Amino acid sequence: MSFELVLQYFLSGITSGSIYAIVAIGFNIIYNTTGIINFAQGEFVMLGGMTAISLSAFMPLPLAIACAVVITSIVGGLVELTFIRWLKNPGVLRMIIITIGVSILLREAALHVWDEKVRSLPYFTGNECSSISIFGAHISPQVIWVLAVCGTMVALLSLFFTRTLTGRSMRACSANRTAATLCGINAKSMVTFSFMLSAAIGALAGCVISPLTQTHYECGAPLAIKGFTVAILGGLGNTTAAVAAGLLLGVIEAFSISVLPVAFKDVIAIGILLAILFFRPSGIFGNKEAGRLKEF
Amino acid sequence: MQSSRYFPILIIAAIVVVLQLIVSGTGTGFYLTQLTMSAYYTIVVIGLCMLMGYAGQISLGHAGFFAIGGYTAAALTTADMTGLTHGPAGRLCVKAGLFLQTKDLYGATLAQCNPWLSCAIAVMATVVIAYLIGIPVLRLKGHYLAMATLGFGTIIYKIVLGTKVFGGADGISNVPPFFLVQGLRVSGNMTDRIPNYYIAWFLVIIAALLMHNLVNSRAGRALRSIHGNEDAAEAMGIDTARYKLHLFVISAVLASIAGIFLTHFNGGIGPSEASVMKSVRYVAIVAVGGMANLWGTIVAGIVLNFLSLRGYFGSYDEAVFGLILVLMMLFAPNGIVMNRSWNLLRNRKTENSPPHSPSLERQGEDEKSGKALDAAS
Repeated sequence: MSFELVLQYFLSGITSGSIYAIVAIGFNIIYNTTGIINFAQGEFVMLGGMTAISLSAFMPLPLAIACAVVITSIVGGLVELTFIRWLKNPGVLRMIIITIGVSILLREAALHVWDEKVRSLPYFTGNECSSISIFGAHISPQVIWVLAVCGTMVALLSLFFTRTLTGRSMRACSANRTAATLCGINAKSMVTFSFMLSAAIGALAGCVISPLTQTHYECGAPLAIKGFTVAILGGLGNTTAAVAAGLLLGVIEAFSISVLPVAFKDVIAIGILLAILFFRPSGIFGNKEAGRLKEF
Repeated sequence: MQSSRYFPILIIAAIVVVLQLIVSGTGTGFYLTQLTMSAYYTIVVIGLCMLMGYAGQISLGHAGFFAIGGYTAAALTTADMTGLTHGPAGRLCVKAGLFLQTKDLYGATLAQCNPWLSCAIAVMATVVIAYLIGIPVLRLKGHYLAMATLGFGTIIYKIVLGTKVFGGADGISNVPPFFLVQGLRVSGNMTDRIPNYYIAWFLVIIAALLMHNLVNSRAGRALRSIHGNEDAAEAMGIDTARYKLHLFVISAVLASIAGIFLTHFNGGIGPSEASVMKSVRYVAIVAVGGMANLWGTIVAGIVLNFLSLRGYFGSYDEAVFGLILVLMMLFAPNGIVMNRSWNLLRNRKTENSPPHSPSLERQGEDEKSGKALDAAS
């Protein structure tokens, strides 16, 4: 393979990988605060994209995206309030079945609100024909947008969790919920806020990837599985590792196309998931003993 | 006492006969097709009920086993094996009846697999795959187990969708009928509707009988103890890994047999039979019928599948099953149709208080009691 081809695969890989990383960060935020794996994370990405597409018909694009993020985070908060908040000590298994059911409901609701057509946002800069050449690899300007937005989101999130009071309160809740409540932190609000935050970052990721991969009502489901794979790969609860693991999975998937037919791309991702679950459930970067501790 | 154990089976058999007479009598014979399909889906659900209710292992990938059975049978019976029949081994197989000589559209002779052979191969393939998947998967717990089975189901779906041998997105059609005994065959012909209905429900009753006997046997008691508390069962000397694995394989074989017969009945199979939505559907039906309640699951299986196949849910089909799953898990993790006489391991006191389902709420209670211990010490 020539260098340009390798670079092309690599860039394509880190584009999709950064989206998986954002979904995995969403998984980790909710898991850290509540211990729940929220399978509806992929649907938040889809909802963000679809809402932005509908709103962009009568608003300028940046405003449409901002409104879509806000609306999706409200939906995320509502999901938490309706299904999760009033359950007392639910088992882990019950919660994951509930979130799978919620993801199905969100998907079917999206099918009936919008229809099954495939839509996309307009490209942020340029159009579908514009391309930038980097050392011989040709990419769309949208790829730069995806990488920039995802990188900024990760940086802002780490600042949020270390510098702001709300972020530190969320970390306190995840470390020891009872102690946090004793310090006056409202644990229930933190849970709702974690859902809203996850939904918001998922929605932004959905908006920014929409011109490249198109949005339709079913595009959230494979993202949920791959996001979960990435979260496990990096060690459940570890946000920085999720970014690295996401990029790794994206690159592996992209290079697998040179060997296998494209139809089996998802099989690679799920094969990696099964391999990690069977051999090293604490993840590549996860410490086996420290697998119980949750840290950002 | 012994005969009353089989009473529910007699009731189900009676209902089956009565339904058929009503349906044929009122001229709505076309309902029989959906009832037959519901019967085959109910076989899958019976196996899953055993797995989820008595071994406490959730499986979100059972549609994968259904598809393995159905697709293997379909691919083998529709593939042209003429290339294999030229050698001496091939001619022996034709003589032995393993390959059938049929004619295709243009009159040329084809050699196709005997449905009995393809059925045997499909079941053996399912057993092998179930063992290979089951050994690592059943060591996982909680959400890891759910995601691993979900991943397995999705892998089967993607393989089936992307491979030309399995027909890709179109699936396999023109599957020949399955001749059982003289004059009896599993096919979709209008004239065979009533015999096929009875074949399907006969299989359901056999499966229910076998599972019922399993539950009330030594192995069944071992399974129930595993479901109650796995560590205690291990302490009593029960090989939990082996029991869970064997039950997983049994439920996979039931799903696979249902897939084989339904493929011959429908005359074809498509990739949607392997999709996650079908697996979720099966889990939802088990949840409604009661996790460990065989009869409730059969009733729920008939009713929900029939309504779904007749199209009563319209375009909200998958949403309905998702909603059922969510509502069941939120409000009634034990299912609606609860049968108290099965709950031999439950505390007598829980007759008056809301029952706790060990498999789903155990972890919550363990955390609660763990925290209480921490607070006390």
